[in-house]
Amino acid sequence: MKVGPFRAMRLILRRELSLSFRRPDQLLQPLMFFLIVTTLFPLALSPELSLLRDMAPGVLWVAALLSSLLSIDSLFKGDADDGTLEQLALSGHSLSVIVIAKTIAHWLVSGAALVAMSPLVATALGIPAGAFATMMFSLALGTLTLSWLGAIGAGLTVGLRRGSVLLSLIVLPLAMPLLIFGASATDRAIGGQSPAGALYFLAALCVFTSTLAPLAASVALRITLE
Amino acid sequence: MWTWFYRLASPPYVYRTAAALTPWFFAGAALMIGYGLVDGLAFAPPDYQQGDAFRIIYVHAPSAWLSLFAYTLMAVAGAIALIWRIKVGYAVAAAAAPIGASFTLAALVTGSLWGRPMWGTYWAWDPRLTSELILLFLYFGVISLRQAFEDPARGDRAAALLGVVGVVNVPIVHFSVTWWNSLHQGGTVMRLGKPEMPGSMLWPLLAMLAGFMFFFGAVLCMRVRGEVLSRERQSAWVREAVIS
Repeated sequence: MKVGPFRAMRLILRRELSLSFRRPDQLLQPLMFFLIVTTLFPLALSPELSLLRDMAPGVLWVAALLSSLLSIDSLFKGDADDGTLEQLALSGHSLSVIVIAKTIAHWLVSGAALVAMSPLVATALGIPAGAFATMMFSLALGTLTLSWLGAIGAGLTVGLRRGSVLLSLIVLPLAMPLLIFGASATDRAIGGQSPAGALYFLAALCVFTSTLAPLAASVALRITLE
Repeated sequence: MWTWFYRLASPPYVYRTAAALTPWFFAGAALMIGYGLVDGLAFAPPDYQQGDAFRIIYVHAPSAWLSLFAYTLMAVAGAIALIWRIKVGYAVAAAAAPIGASFTLAALVTGSLWGRPMWGTYWAWDPRLTSELILLFLYFGVISLRQAFEDPARGDRAAALLGVVGVVNVPIVHFSVTWWNSLHQGGTVMRLGKPEMPGSMLWPLLAMLAGFMFFFGAVLCMRVRGEVLSRERQSAWVREAVIS
């Protein structure tokens, strides 16, 4: 029985989500990584809140980038190893459908969870509560963009045995604009300036990757699956 | 009308053409770089602000230009290979990547040597230096991705796709880095406006640029021949070409 692309997307999304919620440890690990990395900075730099506040946007964004990369590595890996990915590819649906569903599922369990946890870390780093809305919004846009970029990288490296370092090498240069705009939006919100410009850029990047990255990632998957 | 395009898809044709072009490219490079070096280093007037230190521009600017040119060429060759399944395109992309990375490194090193007398430091987070550095990382990604695959055909395709993704990203990176730096510090540190440059300084620079392009062409031809040979090593024409 053939189902439409949107129904297929919903089915894959539901499968991905239920799979991740059955393995809560894997769900929590990137979040704990995020917490630990942000704890490293006060220890390494200085416990002074006034000093930390200047660094906080950068610290938050670098930690978010790293923890998102950590979890994107397994985006296609499990399914590629047990042959599920090939079955999905043979299902007659475009590979883009599969990529979109899997990437959105990845963002929901990693990016959105990270956004929800960010106020906790932000308070510890001395970011004033007034900047929380901007910070969370920018992180939401940024982590979604990062999931798309990561999907391209994960598609390219899925067939490799030791692909995770290579994945960072590929994705991090592509993600540098995100870091710039995300950190500056948060920075401006802390300083009481309007973060609109940087947020617009982030939103533009998010739309751009949401439309083109599924195509690139499905080409990448086709290359590695062949 | 399209025969020249189809002929480009034939490895023996590309191998022979590259071999025929190499000496011409080398001659052009020697001529242009020779003139550019003599005129740029000996006869061009010293800059009224930077003195003789500005002369490093004759190596720095062409390297920076070539670093972008080689990346674009690599991405276009990769895209042609992906779209029309022309395997020679992968050979060209694989040959161009290390040359481009070397030019990027040369641009970074000469830029930082130039920065020492001008800015008082070897490295400044100048937008152009930073985006050049990110370009170097992109090159590293493409080169290591190609090498990571055990099956060379797969590595070629993956690297070509990454090159195309990167070429979309290069303007975004450059633009965002410029924006980022203008937030942090006011005014650019370096100003060497092109229209203000007098002809006595500009001609050697243009000659150096042309010479570097020729040199790139020559090295690319040699590397393409090597790539084609190693990819086609099982075929009959290679045996004939090598033995005869």
